[in-house]
Amino acid sequence: MAIKLKPVDVVTVGVGLTGTILAKELADLGLKVVGLERGGWRDTHPDFDMPHAHDELRYARRHELMQDLSRETLTFRNAIGDTALPMRQMGSFLPGEGVGGAAVHWNGVTWRFLPWDFETRSRTLARYGAGQLAEDCTSQDWGVTYDELEPHFDRFEYLYGICGKAGNLKGRVQLGGNPFEGPRSREYPNPPMKTSHVGAIYGKAARELGYHPFPAPSANMTRPYTNPYGVTLGACVYCGYCERFGCEMGAKASPQTTVLPVLMKNPNYELRTLANVIKVNLDSDRKRAIGVTYVDSRGREFEQPADLVLLTSYVFNNVRLMLLSGIGKPYDPAANAGVVGRNYAYQTNGNVTAFFEDKVFNQFMGAGALSMMIDDIDGDNFDHTGLGFIGGGWIGAASSGARPIDFHPVPSGTPRWGSEWKKAVSRYYNRAFGITTHGACQSYRGNYFDLDPTYRDAYGLPLLRMTFDFRQNEYRMSDYMTKKAAEIAKAAGASRMNVNPRTGKYSIVPYQSTHNTGGAVMGADPKTSAVNKYLQSWDVPNVFAIGASAFPQNGGYNPTGTVGALTFHALEAIKTKYLKQPGPLA
Amino acid sequence: MSESRRNFLKSAAALGAAIPAGAAAQSKPAPQADHEKQHAQHMRTATAAAQQRPYMFLSQTEAAFLDAAVSHLIPKDELGPGAKEAGVTSFIDQQLFGGYGTMARKYTQGPWPEGTPQQGYQSPLTPAAVYRAGIRDANNHCRKTYGKSFDALSRAQQDEVLKGLDGGKIELEQVRAQFFFNMLLANTVEGFFADPVYGGNRDKAGWKLVGFPGVAAVYTTFIEKHGVPYRAQPVSISDITQKIAQVDEHGHAIHVMLDDKAGV
Repeated sequence: MAIKLKPVDVVTVGVGLTGTILAKELADLGLKVVGLERGGWRDTHPDFDMPHAHDELRYARRHELMQDLSRETLTFRNAIGDTALPMRQMGSFLPGEGVGGAAVHWNGVTWRFLPWDFETRSRTLARYGAGQLAEDCTSQDWGVTYDELEPHFDRFEYLYGICGKAGNLKGRVQLGGNPFEGPRSREYPNPPMKTSHVGAIYGKAARELGYHPFPAPSANMTRPYTNPYGVTLGACVYCGYCERFGCEMGAKASPQTTVLPVLMKNPNYELRTLANVIKVNLDSDRKRAIGVTYVDSRGREFEQPADLVLLTSYVFNNVRLMLLSGIGKPYDPAANAGVVGRNYAYQTNGNVTAFFEDKVFNQFMGAGALSMMIDDIDGDNFDHTGLGFIGGGWIGAASSGARPIDFHPVPSGTPRWGSEWKKAVSRYYNRAFGITTHGACQSYRGNYFDLDPTYRDAYGLPLLRMTFDFRQNEYRMSDYMTKKAAEIAKAAGASRMNVNPRTGKYSIVPYQSTHNTGGAVMGADPKTSAVNKYLQSWDVPNVFAIGASAFPQNGGYNPTGTVGALTFHALEAIKTKYLKQPGPLA
Repeated sequence: MSESRRNFLKSAAALGAAIPAGAAAQSKPAPQADHEKQHAQHMRTATAAAQQRPYMFLSQTEAAFLDAAVSHLIPKDELGPGAKEAGVTSFIDQQLFGGYGTMARKYTQGPWPEGTPQQGYQSPLTPAAVYRAGIRDANNHCRKTYGKSFDALSRAQQDEVLKGLDGGKIELEQVRAQFFFNMLLANTVEGFFADPVYGGNRDKAGWKLVGFPGVAAVYTTFIEKHGVPYRAQPVSISDITQKIAQVDEHGHAIHVMLDDKAGV
């Protein structure tokens, strides 16, 4: 029997990037906010202290900072009609667990999506006509435009101290930045990162081929930075242990280094860790949430009543909780009706590994977001007429740390083991680098989430089921992008290269990116979106689902910057509209 | 004395004057000559201890199989020690005994159909059980084919068996041969390159092979020295916890360079 707790104003389900920002701002207004986090507490000190912070096996291979799959995972199949099976160990993507969520172990690449991304369908139809989109493509406009989001991108970048060079200030193209980006109201809060040897070589080659290289926008601090909340981040030392690791310097923006130090001092906020929310409770007519039910680390079940329920966990759990709780109509791909679970999308990554005989790179040095990139082949930045696909992505060369268990590239054709393999590893470990082609992914009728009929979590509840595969649009795009990347590698002087566009069925085994999107997508039409343009549930208006779960399809960028902008966008609507008159906002 | 040891001595002596006094506030190292002696002593002790440590999971038969198998996957050659010399069998033993071997923090509920390659690990066996079954089956195959267990075969025969397991020419009874082989290969690479605290990468053989410096130093300046090789004596976690390596105020290693150039 659940223990009923005293009501509060706001509950956040998940205490990561989105949950901490929303909690901080709403607690500042005087609202009582409770943060429920299924994982434990963790902070820069002592959890990421040296020298244990630099343990590749523990963090990169055994995934210490990620989700405990023994309690909950998801099931996966490539297509309707296949039997989905559980993801038993980490592979393709790495969802986080614990305070800070995946924003603890991320790399820190922090983009704004293009103005085009937010109006994918209408702009594609306007420029190319309906023939450019596959018949089963369900990509759509977001119901919000870049111009509406610009102030929110700005707020997030200043909160997280993003380091970069503007390429477009109020419509004027700036030298050294990304000339394709949407107009910014002001410069980045911090200067871009230093340029590594790889970055210099890649940038020179790309420029010679007529592209517009620039340093990637980074959440690895280029100098100590005090954000608008008064929290100070340290400076990055280019140690090369970002992705999958916590930062011992407090130099990577995360909830721990930007928001939690002030949030934890606010008496209106209460954090409960090891508290796993299993359901959002609705009233009898199912139009209003009355709170959430969670189970704590002693097995006790609690009911936490709240006026406002904010779903602020990773993509998967936002969608799963809506399905488990009966918030919105589940998506049915056969009828193409219903909304919750609709438009799951991913990232279509390819790569080129470039090998050199006459250069050394010291690639074990670096930072998560230390990259040189081009954006010429992204979004609709180039003419797609006759190409048979829409979208694109950034193409870049990173120096994000070359930990040797995962990084020991050998030219294709080298045996997988034995003396020849060992020679090639020894020869090329410091003479090779990768170029990533970071492609977008459109949404399709057959790619979606629902609840699995067979497999269950530790509480006996159905797991989320993912049905996903790439389509012709993605294969063609990846092929096009990866050919461009190979041309850059050749211009850079590579003696040999491995060229790997995205081919074959999507596999959940090799790591690709933790850039899962959709399932509770936003839009202007309740028939094709689970949440409105403010990320508010159409069906249960005191529930908001915040995060990349709202992306109707995925752009060619890492999602975090846009997740941050959507968070502030939803927050503003809650503060200026919802709290004054609780109810549907659109 | 090996070439790298000679270089280390030379560079350690040279660096005695070059390291700022305040740079190692946390560790308060002994003077350089003593420091080097301590380091050498420690290396001997640690190596001997690791070699003598009894296995926690593996039987003698299984350890003999792995010693032989990993010596083919990463062989000892003119470039240096291989996986066997680097203690990869010890590494695998410890991994199988612990959370990895028992699938801690992984989803283990059935049912367990084999699934498609795209669906990944679907075995009802934990990695520990995969090794147990895989080694037993592979040894049975060897006895049937050659009249001896794997470790007693000639190098050429062992090579033939491993290629058979890898290429699918040999099939095993209780686990798919390729599944077992892939796990063995992945764990061998892990054991060769992981921090020595896990029992492999003995004497940092894996790191020395590729020039990986281990626990990082502050690279803020060196990241901009394009094309200049960074050759450091690699530093492990226990070098720091045992105060054998020096650290800065944030705990980053202060690397001793192999070519007498100051680190960072």
